[in-house]
Order: sequence, then structure tokens, then C-alpha cells
Amino acid sequence: MIPVCPLADLPTGESVRIDTAPPIAVFHTDGQLYAIDDTCTHQDASLSDGWLEGCLVECPLHAASFDLRTGAATCLPARRAVRTHPVTVQDGMIYVHHAAEEGTAA
Amino acid sequence: MKSVAVIGASLAGLYAARALRSQGFDGRLVIVGDECHGPYDRPPLSKGFLTGTTTDQGQLALADAEEIAELDAQWLLGTRATGLDTGGRTVLLDGGRSLTTDGVVLATGATPRLLPGPVPAGAHTLRTLDDAQALRANLSSSPVRVVVIGGGFIGAEVASSCAALGHDVTVVEAAPLPLVPQLGPAMAEICAALHADHGVTLLTGTGVARLHSGGIETRVTAVELSDGRLLPAEVVVIGIGVRPRTDWLTDSGLPLDDGVLCDAGCVTPLPAVVAVGDVARVNGVRAEHWTSATEQAAVAAQNLLAGSTVATHRSLPYFWSDQYGIRLQFAGRRLPTDTPRIVEGSPDDRSFLACYERDGRTTAVLALNRPRPFMRLRRELVNQALSA
Ligand SMILES: Cc1cc2nc3c(=O)[nH]c(=O)nc-3n(C[C@H](O)[C@H](O)[C@H](O)COP(=O)(O)OP(=O)(O)OC[C@H]3O[C@@H](n4cnc5c(N)ncnc54)[C@H](O)[C@@H]3O)c2cc1C
Ligand code: FES
Repeated sequence: MIPVCPLADLPTGESVRIDTAPPIAVFHTDGQLYAIDDTCTHQDASLSDGWLEGCLVECPLHAASFDLRTGAATCLPARRAVRTHPVTVQDGMIYVHHAAEEGTAA
Repeated sequence: MKSVAVIGASLAGLYAARALRSQGFDGRLVIVGDECHGPYDRPPLSKGFLTGTTTDQGQLALADAEEIAELDAQWLLGTRATGLDTGGRTVLLDGGRSLTTDGVVLATGATPRLLPGPVPAGAHTLRTLDDAQALRANLSSSPVRVVVIGGGFIGAEVASSCAALGHDVTVVEAAPLPLVPQLGPAMAEICAALHADHGVTLLTGTGVARLHSGGIETRVTAVELSDGRLLPAEVVVIGIGVRPRTDWLTDSGLPLDDGVLCDAGCVTPLPAVVAVGDVARVNGVRAEHWTSATEQAAVAAQNLLAGSTVATHRSLPYFWSDQYGIRLQFAGRRLPTDTPRIVEGSPDDRSFLACYERDGRTTAVLALNRPRPFMRLRRELVNQALSA
């Protein structure tokens, strides 16, 4: 379980990157928190810098789009999904459960 | 429309083929490309592919096997188109073959400009995978002296990659400062300073007279500048711009002037012939950027299938470049008289956001290592452009 930041520090519409290996991006959409691998599967942009619209994040480099709920790439140029990671909030603190750490297939 | 031929099997051609299929075209699709490789991505060639972070050719591929199969196209790779008849219905191919078709997508891109005279071994241009492989092979041994001719984006990226590999790099630029046409003098100066940060010498205001090569072996030995100075070099990269590949279209009757002239919908005067990507001069403007090539493809496909211009390409110009570990992004339509203002960060940190302004309005935006605010401003500019 990786502490991210206090929930109060991540308002709706914002995102934060945590320097795990590989890095993870955490997003706060309307009332929901999502975590996905931060690196776009197309080339090497950071998705936490992307444009958040509903449950989609658009890559800041060539505008591939990913569904935060599933990690699926919803438009080119990306073709592969990013991994998603479970997120919880405890005592006002956001935690990410690194999918690989939990023994889930990467 | 029963059949479409796409000429040029690279970024714009592939995206046009995809767009035709996704817009319901189920006829015969033929894709002709003179390279023997399937579609691959060029931007990494001057970046990760040279430095070794993108080593595997598979990472460059623009489409995987599954998608290629889904496209259901006939691929004529290693085949050059040599002519198009004046009705736009017959494409001549090398080897005396020809193709009869109802619609044509011209996507033949551009080719590097050369210096006059022969190109000795060790001197390279960088456009294709084969070019990049040849250059990489020349850079894999012990440190060498590299002279990059041309300080534009590709020249700067190659210089950065060569410096990262430990070579001794000099960039020669004919203008007093590189990148001024793209960025204006103030921002161009900041970008030019990146070379010195990384120990790369930038010589400006001097052209190249000729390349010297050694006696029996014809390998390059030095670059002679127009002021007479001689720069010894084992490797030379010529990055002095490109010209659109319209040579094969001279007898087609299509209007050509630094590109295939087409309307804002990428349609040529022949409604069954559209042009996309680096080869196309769309409504007076020829772009040489990745994003324009992909965006134009969708518009062109729609118009080709409709038989007339029903959609136009109006999106905001955008490009990026990666140099010396810095990501540069630019979007908008800048006039030379627009004034850049730094709104965030600082050039000293090589991380900032600058807006170009005209009469209090933002016309373009430039970012060095500031992707997030860049993206917000880029979207604002797009919305502004759409509502104008
Ligand atoms: C090294 C490099 C780095 C770049 N970096 C960036 C970047 O960082 N950012 C950015 O925005 N853009 C970048 N670009 C530009 C971008 O790659 C181009 O804008 C894009 O490739 C244009 O696509 P295109 O399909 O129009 O042309 P091309 O990619 O040139 O493809 C044209 C294809 O047609 C083939 N062809 C030509 N004539 C014929 C013929 N007669 N018959 C059959 N086939 C033919 C060619 O061999 C080629 O395969 C870079 C380009 C290069 C070369
Ligand atoms: S790096 Fe994300 S779309 Fe290209």
C-alpha cells in the first residue's frame, strides 16, 4: 500500500504522479479516485499531465485517450491498455495498492 | 467508390487507410509504398532510436499484425509510384505496372534536401529507418567528431542524441540563429542555448561550402564552411530541410507548388484525388508535423468518400520536439510580429510556458518541460479557433 497524499490536497479534476517503479498517476474525477500506470503506452509521456474529461484522460503528447476505469486505450495512437491500480482512502489519506505488489498479474 | 489507392505507406497513408475503413469504405484498398518496411513512426528516429532507448524496430511500427489484417488492404511495398494520369484514375508503378482505381490518396511525404555534389560515406540525411540505421552504425564505435548541418528541430535532436552518446558535436546553422521562423528570435535564442548547456558547439551565420572526403576511400573527412573554415568530422548529418515528394506527379495535371495544392478539405482539383501529410499544401499551408498528417487523413477520407469537400481541416497546428532531455511543445498560429511573454517558469531553469500575444490575444503557446499547463492553453486556443 503506497500513501499518495491527503485527499484534501487532490481536488476534483486534479491528478498526481507517484514515483513508484513504474510511476503511477492518481486522478480525482467527480467523486471518484482512479490510479493507472503513469506512462502512456504509446511513447513516453506522463498521463498525470494529461487532460481529464469524465473518466477519460488524454495524453499530453499525441492525444491518445485512456479509460481510467479499465485502463483501456480508447483512441489511437495508443493501442495497449495501461494497468489500473486499486485506490482507497483511510483517515483522509489516499493510498494506492500497487497491482504488481498485490501479486496480480502485471 | 469501389477502389482506393493510397500512395505512400507511412503515417499519413496509414491513417488515411484507417479512416477510409472506419468511415465505412468496404471496397478494394491498395497501399503503395516505395520503402520495403511497413508503416513506422519517424519521430523516434532522431531521438530514442539513435540513443538506443527505442532499439527494437517493433516499437516503431505504427500498426500491429492484427490491425494490418483488419485493414484488409493489398500492400505493394518496395513499389514506387511513377505517375498519375490526368484523370486521376490510373497510377503508374515502377516496373511498367499500373493500377486502375476510383480514388487516390497522395501521401508521399517529403525527402531531405541535399547539399550540391555527391554524398560521401559518413555523411547522412535522416528521414527513413534505413537512414537511421546507417547513421546509428556510424555512431556505435568510439567517440567521433560529428558535424550537424542545419540547426532546425531535426538537426537539434540529432545533435542532442549524438552528444548523449558521448560524441563531439558541432551544429552549423546558416542563419544568425536557428529556429527563428518557427519560434521568433527571443524563444529561438533560449532554445539555441540548450546546445551549449550540453557541450555542443553552435556555429551560426555561416553556410557550408562543401564536404571534403579522403583520397582513395571516399569517407567524409571535414566540412568546409562558406567562410573558409574547415571542421574535421568523421560523421556529418545534413538536416537542412525537406522538399515534398511531388516529382512523380509532374505530368498529372495536378497543381504543384512546394506540395500538392489542395483545398481546406485536402481535396485537389480532381475530386477523386486527395492529398495528406507532408506532401500536401492544404489551403496554402504545408505542415511537416506528425499531428497534421494524422488529422488531415480523417478529413481527406471523408471528402474522398463524399466526392466533394464536405469537411475541412481547421485544427490548430501543433508539434513537439525532444532535445537534451527537454520536451518542447508548440501550438498555434504565430505571426513574426507577435510578442512572446513568459507566463510560468523561467528560461534559466529550461522549464517555462510562453504565450505569443497579438493585440492582447494569445495566438500561440510554447512550453519547455511544462506539458500540463501547455495542454490547457492548447485546448483554450483550439476552442477559441472553433468559436471564431
Ligand atoms: C527524424 C524525424 C523526426 C521527426 N520528429 C518529429 C517530431 O518530434 N514532432 C513532429 O510533430 N513531427 C516530427 N517529424 C515529422 C513527421 O514524422 C512527419 O510529419 C510525418 O512522417 C509525415 O508523414 P507522411 O506520411 O506525410 O510522410 P512520410 O512519413 O515521409 O511518408 C511518406 C512515405 O511515402 C513514400 N513514398 C514517397 N514517394 C513515393 C512514391 N512515389 N511511391 C511510393 N511511395 C512513396 C516514402 O518512402 C514514405 O514511406 C519527424 C520526422 C523525421 C524524419
Ligand atoms: S505518448 Fe501518449 S499518445 Fe503518444
